[in-house]
Amino acid sequence: MSYHLKTLTQLRAGLASRAFSARELTVSFLNRMAAHDGGLNSFITQTPEQALLAADLADKRLAAGETGPLLGIPYAHKDIFCTAGVRTTCASKMLGNWVAPYDASVHQKLAAAGAVMLGKTNMDEFAMGSSNENSAFGAVKNPWDHTAVPVGSSGGSAAAFAARLVPIATGSDTGGSIRQPAAYCGITGIKPTYGRVSRFGMIAYASSLDQGGVLGVSAADCAVMLQAMAGHDARDSTSAPVPVPDYVAQLNQPMAGLRIGVPRQWFTQGLSVSVAARIDDALLELEALGATRVAIDLPDAPLALAAYYLIAPAEASSNLSRFDGVRFGHRCADPQDLNDLYERSRSEGFGAEVQRRILIGTYALSAGYYDAFYVRAQRARRQIAAHFASAFAHCDVIAGPVAPNVAFDLGAHSKDPATMYLEDIYTIPVNLAGLPGMSIPVGFAGGRPVGMQLIGPAFTESRLLSVAHHYQQHTDWHQQIPNAYREDVV
Amino acid sequence: MSSHAGWEAVIGLEIHTQLATQSKIFSGAATAFGAEPNSQACAVDLGLPGVLPVLNAEAVRMAALFGLAVGAHVALESTFDRKNYFYPDLPKGYQISQLAQPIVSGGAVVIAVGEGDKAVQKTIHLTRAHLEEDAGKSLHEDFAGATGIDLNRAGTPLIEIVSEPEMSSAAEAVAYARKIHAMVQYLGICDGNMQEGSFRVDANVSVRRRGDTQLGTRTEVKNVNSFRFLERAIDYEINRQIELIEDGGRVQQQTRLYDPNKDETRMMRTKEAADDYRYFPDPDLLPVIIKPETLEAWRASLPELPDAKAARYQAHYGLSAYDSSVLTSAKQTAAYFEQTLAAMGKAGDAKLVANWVTGTLAAQLNKEGLEISLSPVPADLLAQLLLRVVDNTLSNKLAKEVFDAVWAGEGTPDGIIEARGLKQITDTGAIEAMVGAILAEHPDKVAEYRAGKDKLFGFFVGLVMKAAKGKANPQQLNDVLKSSLGSCGEEGGV
Repeated sequence: MSYHLKTLTQLRAGLASRAFSARELTVSFLNRMAAHDGGLNSFITQTPEQALLAADLADKRLAAGETGPLLGIPYAHKDIFCTAGVRTTCASKMLGNWVAPYDASVHQKLAAAGAVMLGKTNMDEFAMGSSNENSAFGAVKNPWDHTAVPVGSSGGSAAAFAARLVPIATGSDTGGSIRQPAAYCGITGIKPTYGRVSRFGMIAYASSLDQGGVLGVSAADCAVMLQAMAGHDARDSTSAPVPVPDYVAQLNQPMAGLRIGVPRQWFTQGLSVSVAARIDDALLELEALGATRVAIDLPDAPLALAAYYLIAPAEASSNLSRFDGVRFGHRCADPQDLNDLYERSRSEGFGAEVQRRILIGTYALSAGYYDAFYVRAQRARRQIAAHFASAFAHCDVIAGPVAPNVAFDLGAHSKDPATMYLEDIYTIPVNLAGLPGMSIPVGFAGGRPVGMQLIGPAFTESRLLSVAHHYQQHTDWHQQIPNAYREDVV
Repeated sequence: MSSHAGWEAVIGLEIHTQLATQSKIFSGAATAFGAEPNSQACAVDLGLPGVLPVLNAEAVRMAALFGLAVGAHVALESTFDRKNYFYPDLPKGYQISQLAQPIVSGGAVVIAVGEGDKAVQKTIHLTRAHLEEDAGKSLHEDFAGATGIDLNRAGTPLIEIVSEPEMSSAAEAVAYARKIHAMVQYLGICDGNMQEGSFRVDANVSVRRRGDTQLGTRTEVKNVNSFRFLERAIDYEINRQIELIEDGGRVQQQTRLYDPNKDETRMMRTKEAADDYRYFPDPDLLPVIIKPETLEAWRASLPELPDAKAARYQAHYGLSAYDSSVLTSAKQTAAYFEQTLAAMGKAGDAKLVANWVTGTLAAQLNKEGLEISLSPVPADLLAQLLLRVVDNTLSNKLAKEVFDAVWAGEGTPDGIIEARGLKQITDTGAIEAMVGAILAEHPDKVAEYRAGKDKLFGFFVGLVMKAAKGKANPQQLNDVLKSSLGSCGEEGGV
C-alpha cells in the first residue's frame, strides 16, 4: 500500500473511507521500524503494543463516525516529552528507565486527537548537541548516508521520518534542534514562536528557549500536526494566551507582494558555496511565485552564538540540578556521604557534553562573573530581538541558510565542541528572539540534503507554512526519499 | 546585657512567614500541616522532570497586604529568581525566591520598649519582604544511619520579612517579632503557629563597643520556635560574643542553632566563605504584575491593625495605653476582649473586661501554656461571669472562685453560682443581723475597739464574712459594721 509515501491528508482520507484501518496503518509502519531502525538507531523506545491498542481505539472511534485530522495517524515522539506509562529518557543514562507519572501537554493533546504513538526517538542527551552523537543510547545515522550525522538534537525524529519509518514526528528546538536535523535529513520542520506550544512535560534544557515543534514531509503535514499541538496551557506560565489560527486553511495565502528579507551578513564568511547556491535557487523560485527579495541586515549572528552559549548553559545548569540521585533517576552505588552521592551520581549519569554545559552555565552564573557573562548575554539577546524587529519593518519573512554546511561525518567534530557550536549560528538568533522558524528542503550538495530557513515575526506560523507550501507545490525536494528506504517493507 | 556595660548589640531579624493559602505557591497541592510524610507533594513539589511552576495568585495578594499594612512600597511588577544550591529536601536543586525585584520593599513598624507606663516607642524599619517557596524537611532523628525526606512542606508559600539591623536588645527583638506576628494574624495571612514552623524567626546578632560606628561580625541564630526562646537565644548570643571578644577572641561569621534544652547556641556551619547561590531570573515564570486598581482594592480591604485598634481602645473605652497595647498585641486577644464586651450588652464595662482579660485570664492561660482561642473560659462565659460582678451578685473574690470552676469545666457561671449557693448577700437586714450576732458574741473585743484599737475592725470583718460563708457584699458589710460599732457604743455604754 506504500503508506509511507502518503501525506497525512491522504492517510486521513483512507482512514475515513475505511480503505484501510488504523491498525493496518500502524502495523505497516511498525514493520518499517523493525526492518530499518537497527541500522539508523533512531528510536530509543519502540511501543508496538501500546501503538496497536491506540490504533484499535482509533478504529473504534472511526467506526463510530468520528473524524479528525490525526485520528488513527501514527507518529513518533522525541524522547523529551513525558509519557505516562512509557519511559522518558532524554537519551540520558541519568533518566534511564524513569517513567513519568504524567503526560506532557503535547502528548495529552495528540492522544486526545487519536494519534498513535509508535515510539520515542533518539536525541542528543537532554537536547544538548548539534550532531546527535551525544546520546547514551548511541549515535543516530543519517538515512541519506550512514557515515553522516543526522544532526541534532531531534536527530532521531528527523532520521525516523526521513526514512519514512513514521508519517510524522515531534521535536523540540532550543537553538536549532528541529530546523537543523530537518535540513540535514532533507525534510520539513517547524519551530513555532516561543510560547506557542506548551512546555509542560517537555523536559527542560533551557527554559527561555525550548519550544516543541514538528518534523514531516511538507508544510501542509506540519500544519496539521502543529494545529493539534499549539495553544495556551495553564500549566505553562510562559505559554502564550494567543488564539491559534487554522493553519491548514491558511496554507494558500497569496505570494504576490510578499517581501522576503535576505540577511546580507548570513551569505558571507563561513557559508558553504554549494549551500548558498541551493538557497539562491530556492529564492529565485519564490520570486517566480510573486515574492520580492529585499536585502536586510542582521549583523549579530556571532554575538547570538556567544549569548546563547551563556544563557542556555546557565539555565541548563539550574534545570538539571534536580537530577541529584535522591528521588529518581541514576544513583551511584554505595554513596559514602551526601556529597559523594551527588558527585558520583551526576558524574556517572550525565554524558560529557551535558557536564560541559553544566560547568559553563555554573561558571557564568557565579558571583563575580554573573554581570560579565549572564547579564551581558541577556543584553545581547535584547539587541538581537530588536534587530529582528527592525528587519521585519522591511520584509514579511526572512529567508536564509539553516546551517553553514551539509551534514558532516560521524565523529568529525566530536573532539572540537567549539566548531560544532558554529553549526548553530543561523538558528540560534531565532530562539533568542523567540520567533518562529522553519526549515524546508531545497536540494542537495554532495549527495547530502540542503535546507532553507524561513523566519517570521512572532505568531506568524501560518505565513511561514504558507510560503513553504507554495514552494513545495512547485518543487519536489521534500518528496525525495533515500533509495534504501523507498520501497515497501513486506 | 546589663552586665556588659560599654557594649551594645545590633540585631536584625529575618522572619519566614508561611502564608495561609489553601494550596502551594507553585502547585495545586494542599498546604495543611501534619499530614503523612510526602502525601501532600505533587509532581511539581517533587521537582520531577518536565513539570513547571504556576504562581498562586492568593500568595501575591497576601504578600501585598503585608506590604500595605507596614506602609511599604508594593511593587506593581516583581520577579522571581532561582536560588541554586543542593540539598536533599530542596527537590529542584534551587529555591524559587525574589532577589532583584521583591514584591515588598521598605515599610516600618512601631514597637514599645519597656513595661507599663515606662514603655517608649521605637520605629523598626523593614528592608524588604519577598515571596518564596519553602523547602521540605530533612528528618535526621527517626532513621538510623539515614535521613528521611518529607516534601509536604516543599512549595509552601512564604514571605521572608527582613528588618534593618535596628534592634539593640533581645527584648526589642522580641517586641518587633511579636508585632510582626500580630500583623500577619490580623491580616489573616498566616496562622502564626511557631511550634509548627508557620512563623520562623532567625536573628542576626552582632556586638560592638558603645560609640563604635562599624558593625561587628554577625552570627545568624536559627531554630527558635517561641518568643521566649528568641529572647534567650539572643541574650545568650550577645553574652557569648562579648565574652569572646573580651577574652581576646574574634567572632566568626556563623550560622548557630539554639538548643532550648541547654539554653545555648552552637555552631551549625561557618559562613566564612560566602555562599554563592548563583541567583538568576527564573525563566519558567513571568513577572508578577499587579494592576494599580487591584492594589487599591487590596488597600481598601485592610482590616483594623493593632496600632489603630489600640488607639481606639484608649479613645473609646478610656483604657490605659498599656492595657490597650496588651489587648491588641494579638488578634485573638483583641477579638476575645471585644466579644466579651459585646456579650455583656448594655452592662458592658470595658475596664472591668480589660482587667480580667489582661489579669486573671492571661495569668491562667500563661500558667497552662494555652492560646486564648483555646481558653476553657470562652468569651461568652466570661461575659456572663462579669455581668454577675456588675450586678453585685458576686464579689471579686467569689468571681475568681466561679472563674476557676468554669475553667475546670464545672459549668456556666450562673449554673455554678446556683449550684454552690454563691450568690452574694446584699440584703442589708441580713448583714445587720449577722453583724449584730458577732458583736454580741465578742463584747470584750468591741470594748477594745471602742477604746481605740482600730485594727480589730478587720477581725470583725473576718468573723462576719466567715459566718456569711464569704458571700456578704464586702462594701455593705463594711458600712454596716462601721455604723454598728459606733451605735453599739452609744447604746451599750457598758
